[in-house]
Amino acid sequence: MLLEVDRICKSFSGLRALEDVSFGVPEGSIVGLIGPNGAGKTTCFDVIAGVTRADGGEVRFAGTRIDGWRPDQVCRAGIGRTFQLVKPFAGLSVMENVIVGALNACASVREAKVKAKGIIEELGLASKGDAMAASLTLPERKRLEVARALATGPRLLMLDEVMAGLRPTETDQMVALLRELNARMGLTILLIEHVMRAVMALSRALIVLHHGHVIATGTPAEVTLNPAVLDCYLGEEAV
Amino acid sequence: MPAEIYLNVAVSGLLTGLVYGLMALGLSVIFGVVRVVNFAHGEMMTIAMYLAVALFTAYKLDPLAMMLPIAAVLFLLGWAMQRVLINPFINRPEHSQFMLLVAVALIMVNALLIAFGPDARGVQTSYAFASFAVGPLLVDANKAYAGLAALAVAGTLFAFFRFTLLGKAIRACADNYAGALVVGLDVKRLYALTFAIGSACVGACGSMMVLLIDVTPPLGPAYTLLAFVIVITGGLGSMGGALLGGVLIGVTEAVGGLLFTPSAKSMFSFAILVLVLLFRPQGILGKRAAP
Amino acid sequence: MIAFLTDGVPRRGLRLLAGLLVALLALPLAAGDYLITVLIGVFYFAYVGQAWNIMMGFAGQLSLGHALYVGLGAYASAALYVHFGVSPWLGLWAAMASSAAAGAAIGFLAFRFGVAGVYFAILTIAFAEFARIGFDHWSWLGGSAGLFLPVANYTGNDILALRGSPTMFYYAMLTLTAGAFLLCHALLRSRIGYAWLAIRESPDAAQALGIDVFRCKMAAVMLSAAMTSLGGVLFAFYYNNLFPEQIFHISRSIELILGPIIGGIGTLVGPIVGALLLSALAEALSEIMRALGVDLPGIKQVFYGLSLLLVVMFLPDGVWPALSRWLGRGRRGQG
Repeated sequence: MLLEVDRICKSFSGLRALEDVSFGVPEGSIVGLIGPNGAGKTTCFDVIAGVTRADGGEVRFAGTRIDGWRPDQVCRAGIGRTFQLVKPFAGLSVMENVIVGALNACASVREAKVKAKGIIEELGLASKGDAMAASLTLPERKRLEVARALATGPRLLMLDEVMAGLRPTETDQMVALLRELNARMGLTILLIEHVMRAVMALSRALIVLHHGHVIATGTPAEVTLNPAVLDCYLGEEAV
Repeated sequence: MPAEIYLNVAVSGLLTGLVYGLMALGLSVIFGVVRVVNFAHGEMMTIAMYLAVALFTAYKLDPLAMMLPIAAVLFLLGWAMQRVLINPFINRPEHSQFMLLVAVALIMVNALLIAFGPDARGVQTSYAFASFAVGPLLVDANKAYAGLAALAVAGTLFAFFRFTLLGKAIRACADNYAGALVVGLDVKRLYALTFAIGSACVGACGSMMVLLIDVTPPLGPAYTLLAFVIVITGGLGSMGGALLGGVLIGVTEAVGGLLFTPSAKSMFSFAILVLVLLFRPQGILGKRAAP
Repeated sequence: MIAFLTDGVPRRGLRLLAGLLVALLALPLAAGDYLITVLIGVFYFAYVGQAWNIMMGFAGQLSLGHALYVGLGAYASAALYVHFGVSPWLGLWAAMASSAAAGAAIGFLAFRFGVAGVYFAILTIAFAEFARIGFDHWSWLGGSAGLFLPVANYTGNDILALRGSPTMFYYAMLTLTAGAFLLCHALLRSRIGYAWLAIRESPDAAQALGIDVFRCKMAAVMLSAAMTSLGGVLFAFYYNNLFPEQIFHISRSIELILGPIIGGIGTLVGPIVGALLLSALAEALSEIMRALGVDLPGIKQVFYGLSLLLVVMFLPDGVWPALSRWLGRGRRGQG
């Protein structure tokens, strides 16, 4: 297990966001974290990434405890993440955005530039290299977000609803890209998604969260037949 | 030193503090609603003070009697400022708006310098040297009147915001900008009104302040800063907090000035500011979390 | 090193800069004392503006109390010279250390306790005011009566003690300004430069990409403070007298940010363009006033205020970005 989340609890002023959440992400796999809105998925990411401190439980990455670490320490340890509401460096160019990420993995600015260039090409942003991040469309910003996180050279990439707002063709492109990165580089991916088409296509395993509890884990096939899962999605619009 | 002296000084500080509190109240209202840091707050008070001095020198009109007209003038000035300078740029980043008002403050201070010269001006009312004996206390008439006037104005403001429809509309804007828009409030007009009210407040304050100190053009910045210290200490979004903060600062400065050197008394205000910013950024009575 | 600095800069720009440098070096040979004095002022404001720009334009922290660092630098070096005969070349280390320490204190308090934005600005004002009042009561440093350096005898230039003609100060200020320009240029291309820009744009995203936001902000604050203090050192030895009431006053803090704001926050050339523009227009204004026979003390400040107002309202990014677009050059950071 590359990432182990062990009985994480988190409350916000009395609201129990996460209750006894445990799961594991094996190295080299793609795991999906799904559940209705408000289930606690992003909170889970925030705890792993160090943005929020859990009230209880442990998070282990490659055997080392990382709960309580700062976000930048978590990144240096090898976990990259994207944000649900993208946060591009608006006043910088696309290239510069990715260079910032690449500096995490490279010894010099020169090296970082080379690495950034490569990643921008892979993500299909090569034509926008010098454009200001503020001028990008939403799908392009999502790709930039992924590119930046990827540039940090992570062993585990955590993607938060990276398909939201994308057209089906764009979704397919992103799915293909993530599959390729996983196959070629052995990149482990944990993704939060509502776009079922993408999640089912990508994930080897799913974790279903509902009201802060893990209500099911297993392969996509198993999970979709699970009565508890069907129950929590009934009445919800799963796009 | 005998206790009476401390008590006298404390009461004196309290009365002055009420005036400070009113000044801070104006700022709190503006900051709390429009979310703009009025860096020209102290300068506007200085303008009001000069108006009071001019009226007194020319027509022998008592500053407190002139409080309403002066407040009205500042009301219009505040309205104009909000409409012309701030509303069009409401979506700019915070520091941009801040710099706008810094620029206005700079212009105001130096315009006053050109108009009135650098020498201190003051008023000498008929009761300037009178005092009241209240038990063991000896209270300056000037301070007593100023303090009471401050309390009266503050009270009117409380009533306005609590009981009138307009006041509630303004509070709605403060609490939830988008929500206010959605229910159909003309937010920009309400912002202008708020800025105007805050300015009127500081205008009234000027006519009281002129009973306490002499006015010079560079007085503004020190009082802007003081107003901020009070608002932050007392708590953003809390009108009671502004008055409480004012009194607290007034008393600490007065007593501190007695214990150490009078000229160093504002150092205490800064010490309090730093402590508040570090340990209780929402202030003593603040409800809103500090941004 | 040269390659690192010049990589990516258009040839035309480099030639222009080189030409400008040569012109400025040769200027005192041809120009009169008045022009030299004016340029010393321009360089001073360009320099401290650039130093302030590091904190604001690069790390995104608005400081309205930068006069604190000027004052600390001035007083540290001046006091060491007056009381112990220490040369300003040694004294400047004390100046930088004390300013960096003050900056570190403010930065630590602000960043550890989450004081940001406008609150941070107010905190910086408070510290400067604290110094102003405090130094007013510090008799070893002259208190409110001021600290005086022995007046220079202009027949000779004593570089070691920084006593000399305006020309000497001209070269000193020019060196500082050019040095600051080069330093900022190098920093913008370095690792920490990227980190600062990232923090300025989005601290959350920067952290998620492995940047230690606290360390970087502290570095910006301390560097900015230390650099500003050098300006203070020259200030002390040029004017030969220091008064807390003046040097720590909030108007000094506002004066020194006019250049970068008008010229362009976050740009390399902004502070210099801003200082030059303000100075040129101020001189023009003085000429006009003289010609009209009008003497209005404070008119210059009103003019500064108006310029600031107009720039913030209509050219929010400053004059330089608009100017460079017009000149067809390009983006921020590229000269």
